[in-house]
Amino acid sequence: MDTQLLVIILVVLAVVASLSGLALGARDRRRSSEEQTSATPDPAQQRGPVAVQETQAQATTAATTPSVGRRPSLRDRLTKSRAFLSDRLSEVLGGGLDDDTWEDIEAALIQADIGVEAARRITEDLRAKARERRITHAEDLRGLVAEELVSLFDFERDRALAFAPEGVTVWLVVGVNGTGKTTTIGKLAKDLERRDKSVALAAADTFRAAADEQLAVWAERSGAHLIKHQPGADPGAVAYDAFAFARARSIDVLVVDTAGRLHTRVPLMDELGKVRRVIEKEGKVQEVLLVIDATAGQNGLVQAREFAAATGVTGVVLTKLDGSAKGGIALAIESTFDIPIKLIGIGESIDDLEPFDPKTYVDALLS
Amino acid sequence: MFDTLSTRLDDIFTRLRSRGRLNEKQVDEVLREIRVALLEADVSLKVVKAFVADVRARAEGAEIHKSLTPAQQIIKLVHAALIGVLGSEAVGLEVAPRPPRVVVMAGLQGSGKTTAAAKLGRYLKGQGRRPLIAACDLRRPAAISQLRLLGDQTGVPVHAELEATDPVGVASRALELARTEGFTDLIVDTAGRMHVDSDLMAELSAVTAAVSPHETLLVCDAMTGQDAVNVAESFGAQVDVTGIVLTKLDGDARGGAALSMTYVTGRPIKFAGVGEKLTDLEPFHPDRMASRILGMGDMLTLIEKAEKAFDQDEAKKMEEKLRKAEFTFDDFLNQMQALKKMGPVSEVLGMLPGMSKMPIGDAQIDEQLPRIEAIIRSMTRSERNAPAIIKGSRRARIARGSGTTVQEVNKLVKQFDDVRKLVKTMSGGKGGRPKLPGGLKLPPGMGL
Repeated sequence: MDTQLLVIILVVLAVVASLSGLALGARDRRRSSEEQTSATPDPAQQRGPVAVQETQAQATTAATTPSVGRRPSLRDRLTKSRAFLSDRLSEVLGGGLDDDTWEDIEAALIQADIGVEAARRITEDLRAKARERRITHAEDLRGLVAEELVSLFDFERDRALAFAPEGVTVWLVVGVNGTGKTTTIGKLAKDLERRDKSVALAAADTFRAAADEQLAVWAERSGAHLIKHQPGADPGAVAYDAFAFARARSIDVLVVDTAGRLHTRVPLMDELGKVRRVIEKEGKVQEVLLVIDATAGQNGLVQAREFAAATGVTGVVLTKLDGSAKGGIALAIESTFDIPIKLIGIGESIDDLEPFDPKTYVDALLS
Repeated sequence: MFDTLSTRLDDIFTRLRSRGRLNEKQVDEVLREIRVALLEADVSLKVVKAFVADVRARAEGAEIHKSLTPAQQIIKLVHAALIGVLGSEAVGLEVAPRPPRVVVMAGLQGSGKTTAAAKLGRYLKGQGRRPLIAACDLRRPAAISQLRLLGDQTGVPVHAELEATDPVGVASRALELARTEGFTDLIVDTAGRMHVDSDLMAELSAVTAAVSPHETLLVCDAMTGQDAVNVAESFGAQVDVTGIVLTKLDGDARGGAALSMTYVTGRPIKFAGVGEKLTDLEPFHPDRMASRILGMGDMLTLIEKAEKAFDQDEAKKMEEKLRKAEFTFDDFLNQMQALKKMGPVSEVLGMLPGMSKMPIGDAQIDEQLPRIEAIIRSMTRSERNAPAIIKGSRRARIARGSGTTVQEVNKLVKQFDDVRKLVKTMSGGKGGRPKLPGGLKLPPGMGL
C-alpha cells in the first residue's frame, strides 16, 4: 500500500541529505551573494505606499500614564504567587543539611527553568562549598545560595542600552511569536521620552494582523513617531524608510518592531537578517534585543542561538516576570551564549520595564 | 543541551536494545534517564515525578511477555503511561444540545488566543458550521482590529464593540446575537492574563459565567517551561477548563508543556496550532504525539500527508523504475516537488522513526532543496537520463550554471547513483534493515 510512497520519500531524502554536509558553507555563500546582489539598492522600487504617522499626543499621555509613586517593586512582583526557595528553606530551617535539602534546591532550580544540567552543576557546587565552609544548618545556607546565584552573572558587564555617538541610534527588537515585542517597544519609547529623547517606531511587523495599529497605540501613549507601510509590505523597506525619516528629522532613537517568528523558519530568519542589513547600508544598529518570555522553557536556548546567528543579538529582554515563572532560561542564555540580560518586563502598563540588575533579581528569587 | 525528548529517549533505548535482560538496578537507571529527558523537554517537575512513579508501578505489576525484550517492555510501559496522560485518541469539541455552542478561549498573554480563535472559526466554517467570534480582549491595543482583520480573511463574522470597556457585557451581547441570528458556534476571545493576577482571573470567571460555555479552552504555548503546571492549576481553579489548545507546535520545542497541562487539568489537548497560516490548526492526536515523543516517529501523519502530496499511480510507476534502476534525475525532481508539498523536509524527517537522531541540522536540509533543484536543472536532458556521463567538464559547467560548486555536484551525483544501486539491490531480495547512504535507515518492514 503506502510502502511505495515511503520508499520514494526515503530515496528523495537520502539524496537530499547528501548535500547537508556542505550545508554550512553553502549557507554562508548564499548570504554573501545576497549581500552582493542587494548592494545596489533601489529604495524607490522597494518602497511601498508610505504612511508616516506623526503622533504628538500630549493629550492622551496624561490619561494613560499611571502615577509613578505606587509602583510595586520587582520583589513584590516576583514573589506575588509562589516563593522560589524560601518555602523550602524555611521548611528545613533549624534542621541539618541532608540529601533532601540538596534535592529540594536542585528541584527549585529546575523549576525556575535554569535547566537540568545547570541545576545539577550549581547544586554540586553549593554542596562542595557548604562542606568547605562547614555549613551544616539550613539557615546558613540562604546566603550561600544567593552568593552562588549572583556569581553566575557577570557584574562587570555593561547592561545599559547602547546609543550611537552621533546620529540616529537604532534598536532592533526580535523574538518568537507572543513574547511581548510590541509591548516592550511601547515601554521603551515611553522611557526614552522621559529622558528627553525623540523617538521613532518602525512598524516592520507587516505580517500579523493589526500589529501596526497596536504599535500606533503605543506610539500615541509615548508620544513617538510611527513609520508604517501597508500590511504585507517588505519589512526591510519599512526599516529603510524609517531610518531615512529618523535621519531627516534628526530623531535620537529609532526602534524597529519585527514580526514574531519561530526560529525554525529559515526564510523568515533570513528576512530578519535582511532588515538589519538594509539599515546598516545607511547607518548602524546599536542593539538587537531578543525578547524572551519568562515562561519559556529550554527551547529559549535554541531561540537565542538561532536569532543570534541570524541577526547578532546584543541583549535579552526578559518579559512577563510578573507571573509565577522565574525566567531561569535567560540566565542560561546569558551564561551559554554570553548575551546579557538588559531589561525586564514586569507588567502590562507602560512603566513596567526596568533595567536588569542581577542582585535585585536574585534577591527577589530568594526573598 | 538541545536534545529533544525524542533524541534523549532514543539514546536510552538504543542502549537498552543492545543489552540483555534488565535487572532492577538497570530499571532504576532507565527511569532516572527518562526523568532527565522529560525535564529537558520542559515537562514540569511535579508531573515528571508522578509520571515516573506511574511507569515504575506499571513495571512492577507488569506481566512478563515472553515475546518482548525487557527494553521493548519498558518502551511499551512508557508509551502506555504517556497515552494514559495524553489520552488515546483525538477528542473533538463538546456537542451543544442546543446551538449556539459556546467556546471560550483563555490563557496567558502571547499564548496565541486570538490567532487560535480565528483559526478555530475557519476550521468550524470548513465543517459547514456558522461560527461567530466575540472580541472580548479589550485590554491589548488593537486586539479587536486584529480579530476583525482575521475574520475578514477567513470570512467568519466578528462581534466587536470598539468603545466597550466591559468584556462581560460584550460576551453577553455576542451570545444574544448568536442566538437570534442562528449562529451554530460562538467563539469568545478573551484578553491574555497572568494566572497570578486575581482581578483579571475574576474577570475571566465573570465572562465565562455570563456565557455558560460548553468548552473553555486553555491556550498554551508549546514552548512553555516549568511554569505550565502553575498556569494549568490556576486557570483550572478559576474556570472549568474543558480542553487545551497547544500553539506554536511547528517550532522545535517538543511535548513538555503538553504533558504537564493534560496531567494537571485532566483534560485533553483538542487542537494544535502548527503554523502561521489560518488553516494551520489541526485536531490533536495524542497517540501520535506519544509515539513522536518516544521517537517511534509519526507514521500516521506522514502517510496522510504523503497521500495528499503524491500521485499514487505515479508513485507506483516510480517504484517500478527504482526497482529496475531506471530512476532518472527528472523523476527525482518530480518526486522532490511532491515531497515539498508535504511541508518542510526537516518536519517530514522528524516524523520518521528514529530520525530525530539524524545528524542533519534541522532546518538546513530545507535550504538544500533549491540548490539541488538548481543543479539538476542545469543538467542537459541526456545528463539527467544517464548521470554516468557527468564527468569533469560537465560537472564544472553544471556547477557554474547552478551557482554551486563542483564538490556539491559531485556529491549529489554520487549519492544519487548510490541510492539507485542500493534500491536495486534491496529489491533483489536481500532482507534485513538496509542502510541507505547518508545514515538514513529504513524502518522495519519497509524493504521492497
